[in-house]
This record gives sequence, C-alpha cells and structure tokens, in this order.
Amino acid sequence: MLASEREQLKAEINKMAKKCDHHRSGLIPVLQHVQNVSRHISPEAMQDIAEAFKIHPVEVQGVVSFYSFLSTEKKGKFVVRLCRTISCDMAGKEAVANQLENELGIEFGETTSDGMFTLEFTNCLGMCDQGPAMLVNDDIHTRVTPEKVADIIDTYRNRFGAHVTHGEHA
Amino acid sequence: MSKTEKKLVIFSELDVEKALKNALQKTRPDIIGEVRESGLKGRGGAGFPTAVKWNLAAAAQGERKFVICNADEGEPGTFKDRVLLTDYADQLIAGMVLAAYATGAREGIVYLRAEYTYLRKDLEATIEKMRGRKMLGKKILGKDGFEFDVHIHMGSGAYICGEETALIESLEGQRGEPRNRPPFPVTVGYLGCPTSVNNVETFITALHIVEKGAKWFKTFGTDKSTGTKLFSVSGDCEKPGVYELPMGITIKKLLETVGGPDAKAVQVGGASGTCVPRKDFDRAIAYEDVATGGSIIVFGPHRDMLEVAINFMEFFCEESCGQCTPCRLGTETLLEGLDMLDEGKCSLKYLRELCSLGETMQISSKCGLGQSAFNAFLSIIENFKSEIFDTRCSCR
Repeated sequence: MLASEREQLKAEINKMAKKCDHHRSGLIPVLQHVQNVSRHISPEAMQDIAEAFKIHPVEVQGVVSFYSFLSTEKKGKFVVRLCRTISCDMAGKEAVANQLENELGIEFGETTSDGMFTLEFTNCLGMCDQGPAMLVNDDIHTRVTPEKVADIIDTYRNRFGAHVTHGEHA
Repeated sequence: MSKTEKKLVIFSELDVEKALKNALQKTRPDIIGEVRESGLKGRGGAGFPTAVKWNLAAAAQGERKFVICNADEGEPGTFKDRVLLTDYADQLIAGMVLAAYATGAREGIVYLRAEYTYLRKDLEATIEKMRGRKMLGKKILGKDGFEFDVHIHMGSGAYICGEETALIESLEGQRGEPRNRPPFPVTVGYLGCPTSVNNVETFITALHIVEKGAKWFKTFGTDKSTGTKLFSVSGDCEKPGVYELPMGITIKKLLETVGGPDAKAVQVGGASGTCVPRKDFDRAIAYEDVATGGSIIVFGPHRDMLEVAINFMEFFCEESCGQCTPCRLGTETLLEGLDMLDEGKCSLKYLRELCSLGETMQISSKCGLGQSAFNAFLSIIENFKSEIFDTRCSCR
C-alpha cells in the first residue's frame, strides 16, 4: 500500500470514527468500509482503526477474523460466493462449482493472479427456492447452470475493463 | 417465486397508515394485551411469546430503549424474510413503530444480513418514504410525545448473529458471540438498554393482529400455535416458494400443497430442526409438535440421507462461534463420525458414543446453535440407519 493511500484511508477511518463519537458500535461499519475500498483489512489499517477507536489492534483483529465478509487477505475485485447449503447442493451446486473453477482457472478459496476474482463457498444465501444461487459481490444470481457461468463471469470482467471501481458495481 | 393463493393473515390486505393510526389511538397496555390474547409467538424459530417480550421491555427502566428487527435470516432453507423485506417492507417498519410505541422505545435498528445487501437500497427508500409520511420521526402521525426512527445496520456474514444476544454483540462492534443469560436483552440489551429483538415476520404479524383483532387471528391455527406462519419450501418438490399456511398443518397436507407427494423425508426447521421420515408425515407443524421458523426442505426418494446429515454438520462446524467447548469440539467430532459412517468404518458402539456426545451438547452448549446442532444428526441416523449401513458397508 502506498503511503499516500494509507493516509487517505486513515483520514476516512478517522472521519467515520468521529461521526460515531469513537464509540465501539461504529467499528464494524468502518471495517466494512475498509474491506470495500481496499478489498481486505491490512495490519496497517487495523492499527489505524484501533487508534481511532482507542482499542488494542488485537481487538480489531478478533472482530475481523470472526466475520466471513471481512478478511485479512486481499480479495479479488469480484468475490464469487457460491451457496453450498443443502437446497442449492441438491439443485446442482457441484456442477456449477466445477465450471466456476474451469472458467476462472482457480480452486475454491483462491484468487485469480490478475486480482479480479476470488472464488468461495458460502452458507445459505436465502435463495433456496431458486438454487443453485451465488453472490458476486452484492449481486445475487439464481438458477445458475454450468452453461451460464461463463456469461456471468464475462459480465463482470467487461465491467472491470470499463474501469468501474469497486463498490459501484451493485 | 410462488406465493400461496389464499391470503390469510400476513399476505392479507392492510392499509399500513390506517393500521398505525388506529394503533396509536390505543393505550400501550391495550396493544400488548391484544398481542397477548392472540397467542403470537416469535416467528424466527425460538417461539417466545411476543407479548411477554414486549411487556418486559415496556416495564424495564431505561432512559433509552431499542427495538431491533432481526433480519439476519440465515437458517438453511429459510427465505421468507427476504420476500417480506422485498415486498412488505412498509409493513415491517410500521410493525417496528408499533413495537416501539408498546415498549416505549425511541430508536430502532434493522440488522440486515450481509448476504441481503442488494435489498438495502429499496429498504432505505421505504424508510425515507415513511419519514415523509410522518410514520417515522417526531410526533408520529400526529401523536404527541411519540417519536421513533430506524436505521439499517449491515451484518458481516455470521449465522450465529441471528441469535439475539450475538446480534447485539455484533451491533456493539464485537465478535458475534452469544451472551450469558440472564440478564435478557429486554432488561439489558443494546448498549445496556432495554431492547426488544423480534423477527421480521413477527413485526408484520403483530401489526395485522392489532389492526384486525386477536380473535380473528385465532380463527387460524391450533390452541397452542395460533394463527398462520410463512413457510419457506425448497428441495425436491414441484412448487418451491413461500407459503402462508395455518399452524398445525400436517406435513402430508403441506406436501400436497407444494407438490412433493413421493418425498421420503422432510427437514422441518432447517439445519437446527428435525428430519421427519415418511412414516411420520401425519405429524403437525406447530410449537407443540414439530416446531419451525419456517424452513421446509423436501427430500425425494433418491436422496442419500447421510449426505444430507454431512452437509448440515459441515454447516454447524463452520458457523459455530467457537466460544464454548461442547459446540466447538462437538460439531467437529460429530462430523468426523459422519465421515466415518460414509466410509463404512463406524462401529455401532462408536455411534452410540457419538449420540451420547450429542446429548451432552444439547444440555451444555451456551446457545441454541450448539444445543440444536445434534437434532438433524440424531433424527437422520435414527430414521435412516439401515439405509446408511446398507449402502456404505456393501460398497467396500
């Protein structure tokens, strides 16, 4: 991370923290914001956040490690989360999973080398009547078939080509 | 998405503004009394009487009080709140206003799960619209001295945050680990203030009850499980979707409605619920028989029930918060046992030990997750033991 980028993020963190009177209840919205803009929460960011809330960095890390939508490792521009819970599983999630791996050339839990896509399993997305379901960032896709996978991935790849920044996709 | 053709309670017509206006003319005890009379129980799954919760929150002393909507719908197979948040958001917010009026709260929070971020924009627009129509803010619908407003707080992906004390921890910027109880949130909740946490469907149902009367509500359902319930139906059936049906309906009748006549088993209540085999399809879905927060997963004749049990246990291993030992280690050990069964390498003696471990988890886990993680394991093993042993041992 460039020093200037860190300074900018730090300024945003402090601004958000100030807005909630540096009260701990404002911590998770700040973490969500940092996750959104820098696609992970770096050790430096955790320190800055800890300072803003006047808590130990370990407290911050404890919260980050607890939630599956927050991460210390850098995620791709687009995080693909395929539902692995029973109804989607019965609706054919395995074939979709296989095709996702083929199209992206990575396995679940990995990020493409160009930093575009991260592939993950997730638990129930609440789309059990329209499975298999998956999220790409905040967008929901339902009744996904192996044939549809390539098209879905392409939409995001192309949007990225148009210099869409993270957070504007939804 | 298919909805039930009949509009019973939740899907029945309601003029939100009129309902709220009428409610605000009543006294607080009258509102809680009407809800008590209706017998409404929490629709998230735990089934705690709503009026008792509201009454305790109303009686609690506190400068600030909160009403929180639990929209952290994460139970496998449940999606009715998604439908309500999409199509009935105004009723939900009005239901929260009603609860705030009844309990004396001025602040409300909708805890929306991260997976439903795509619903946030419309929900915010609804809230803004209701502020414009004076159904939120100061002097609501002209009622002197009554103010209440709502904001949305996003979850970050944790099933356990559907447990109300974990949800409050999460709101306070902590890991979503359930608290010891007592004290209950109605006396010591969010920021230490009296807090009523209710499910999306509960708020909406309460609004209908206060407008249309407890007597009308009780024309549906059974004595102990009054009214109707939304069911999220998925799996091997012709018409998956959200259905509003009277409580006490038999599984057989429900399967006729959704088109699953040849099902060999039905999971009622999601991963933390019970697997009901075909021979028990005459059982009723109600608090006094098979309880559910609304999740119904249908298994067709060709399904391998051990794979189902493994899928559920993997879910619990991932979602256990890890705070208490029986749950953290118990779920892992039960999953290992299921894998051994899958490989045809589990002795009956060890299976009995696993069942005894499961009972220990039921009584010694801190919250509902650990207490119920064994339910699916037990009901599947009990009912499909011969299927499991026949298919696994013969393929070795």
